[in-house]
Amino acid sequence: MGKTIAEKILGKHAGKNTAAGEIVMADVDFIMSVDGNRPLSIQVFREMGGKNLFDPKKFALVIDHAPSSPTATVANTLKLVRQFAREQGCILYEAGEGSCHQLLPERGHVLPGDLVIGTDSHTCTYGALNVFSTGVGVSDAAAAMISGKLWFKVPETIRFVLKGRLPAGVYAKDLILHLIGSVTADGATYKAAEYVGEAISALSMDGRLTISNMAVEMGAKAGLMEADGKTLAWLKGRAARPFEPVVSDPDARFADVLEYDVSKLTPQVALPHRVDNVVPVEEALGRPIQQANIVACTNSRLEDLEIAASILAGRRVHPGVRLYVVPASRPVQMEALRRGILQTLLEAGGILGVPGCGACSGGSHFGVAADGDHVITTANRNFRGRVANPEAFITLASPATVAASALEGKIADCRKYVR
Amino acid sequence: MLLKGKAHLFGNDVNTDDIIASKYKSSTTDMLEMSKYLMGNVDPDFVRRIAPGDFIVAGSNFGCGSSRETAPRVIKLAGLSAVLAKGFARIFFRNAINVGLPVVECDTGGIEDGDQLEVDLTAGLVRNIARGTEVKVAPLPAVMLELLSDGGLSEHFKKHGTFHLQSIEEGK
Ligand code: SF4
Repeated sequence: MGKTIAEKILGKHAGKNTAAGEIVMADVDFIMSVDGNRPLSIQVFREMGGKNLFDPKKFALVIDHAPSSPTATVANTLKLVRQFAREQGCILYEAGEGSCHQLLPERGHVLPGDLVIGTDSHTCTYGALNVFSTGVGVSDAAAAMISGKLWFKVPETIRFVLKGRLPAGVYAKDLILHLIGSVTADGATYKAAEYVGEAISALSMDGRLTISNMAVEMGAKAGLMEADGKTLAWLKGRAARPFEPVVSDPDARFADVLEYDVSKLTPQVALPHRVDNVVPVEEALGRPIQQANIVACTNSRLEDLEIAASILAGRRVHPGVRLYVVPASRPVQMEALRRGILQTLLEAGGILGVPGCGACSGGSHFGVAADGDHVITTANRNFRGRVANPEAFITLASPATVAASALEGKIADCRKYVR
Repeated sequence: MLLKGKAHLFGNDVNTDDIIASKYKSSTTDMLEMSKYLMGNVDPDFVRRIAPGDFIVAGSNFGCGSSRETAPRVIKLAGLSAVLAKGFARIFFRNAINVGLPVVECDTGGIEDGDQLEVDLTAGLVRNIARGTEVKVAPLPAVMLELLSDGGLSEHFKKHGTFHLQSIEEGK
C-alpha cells in the first residue's frame, strides 16, 4: 500500500511505518512560538517543570503579533520573551523582523520532509515547502520544548488536483479562496490537504505559501505541496542542513481526490464574516470600502507588494479609503524599498506598518477599523472582530483586488488594471 | 465522571475570536480577568447568565480559527464544565484536552437553550433531563483519555517529567 506525504513524514519522525488513523509519538525538527498567546508557551514550559529546551537551535521565539509594543502589558510580555531567549540561547526574532510565517521559510529553518509545530494556526504555511507543519496550542508547544516530541494522529489526506493555468489578474489567493468556498470552512477538518497539478507548478514560491497558509481555513492540519525545481532553487543559500523531499506514492490512499480546472477562474472574494463565504468578484462589485489592507503572512510578500504597486503606480487611493501596507518581513521590506515598490505604494497614499501582524489580528493595534467600516484585506480571516472591532466588516481578496478597490473606494475588478 | 448543568446554545463555526477576542490580551495577562469577556463579541451578557457547571452547546466546527489556548482556558475559568458540539476544529479540540476541559462530540440537534443536561463522560452519554432523551458521545482516543485523567498536559508533565502515554507505547 502506498503512502501519502503526511504518512511518510510522520512515519519517518516516529521511527515506524504508519498509516492514516494511527496515533504516533514523533520527533519534531523545529518549534516556533509567537508573542501573541496568553499564557505564553515559555510560561507553560516553566509551569510544567521545564528547565532547559531540548535543543535551543530548534526553537525560535518571534515577536510579530504586537511589534509596536502598544501597551505596558504587552511591553512586559515582550520583556519575558527576550529574557527567556537570553537565558536559553534560543533563536529570537525581534520586533520588526517580520511575521513568523515569512521568517521561518525565509531563514531556512524549515526544509522539505521536516515535521514542524508552531503556536499559531497558520503554521501550515510551510507545507508549500513540503514540510508537515501544523499549529498547536501553548501546552503542546511547551511539552515539545521539553521533550523534543509530540503525539500526532496521522491524518487522512484530501488531494486537490489543480489543472490549467490561472488567467491574468487571477492569483494564488483567488485559487485558495475558491477552494475554501467549495469545500467549506470545516471541509478538511482532521485531514491534511495536498495541492498538486499544473496550476501549482506554475506558481512562484510566494504564491504557493499563500495557498498553504490558508489550509487551516478549510480546517486542515497541514497544506502540503511537493518540492520541485522552484522549491530547491528557492532554498539555495537558505538551507543549512541536508533534507529529503517527500512525494505521495501513486497508489497512496486519499480520503478524496478533487479536481479543478483553474483556467476560467475569476478573482474571488470572501465576504463578511466567514472565510468560506466566497463569491466571484463580479457578484461583489461596487460594495463601498473605507479601508484597504495589504498585510499579513498570507499576502504581503515581495510579489504581493509588487502586484499592488503595479496597479497603484502613478495613482492615488480614493479619498475615502485608508490603505495600510505591512510587509511580511524586514528583507521583504528592504527589497521593496530597493526596487521602488514602497515608494510607489506610499506615493499612492499607503500607510506603512512594522513588519509583522499589523492590521491583521486585533492584538496588533494598527489599522483598527471604526464601527460600520468595510475593510478589504489580503489577510486570511474575516471573522467578526478580527481587526479588534466586532462592528466592522471584513472582506478577503488578493493584493490586486485590494489595490484596485483602494483606488475606486469600492470592491473593484483588478483585471482592468492588469496588463 | 458525571457533569450536570444547563445548556447555552450557539450555532455553527463559533470561532476563537468569538470565544475570546484578541484585543483583550493587550490589556491584561490575567486569565481569570479575561474569562469575564468570554463570548464578548457575540453575546456580551453571556458570563452573567451562566451558572457553575453549565455547558456550551454548539453546532459544527466549534473553536475554528486561531491556536489560542486562551479559548478553552477561559471557558473553564468561567465555570463551564464542558463544551458539547457536533464537531470541533482540530486545534481547539486538542487544546481543550490539554487544559483539562472536556469536549464532547455528539449530535446536539435536539438540545434547546436552557435544557438541563447530564453528561456521563465514562459511559459516553448525554442525557437531556428536560426532554428525557439520550445521545451517544463519540469516544475520545485513548491518548486523550489518559491526558484528561491526569488533569491535562501540564499536570501530565508535572507528574512524569515528559510524555508517558501508555496507549501510544502499547500501540493502541
Ligand atoms: S499576520 Fe495575521 S494571520 Fe499571520 S501570524 Fe500574524 S496575526 Fe496570524
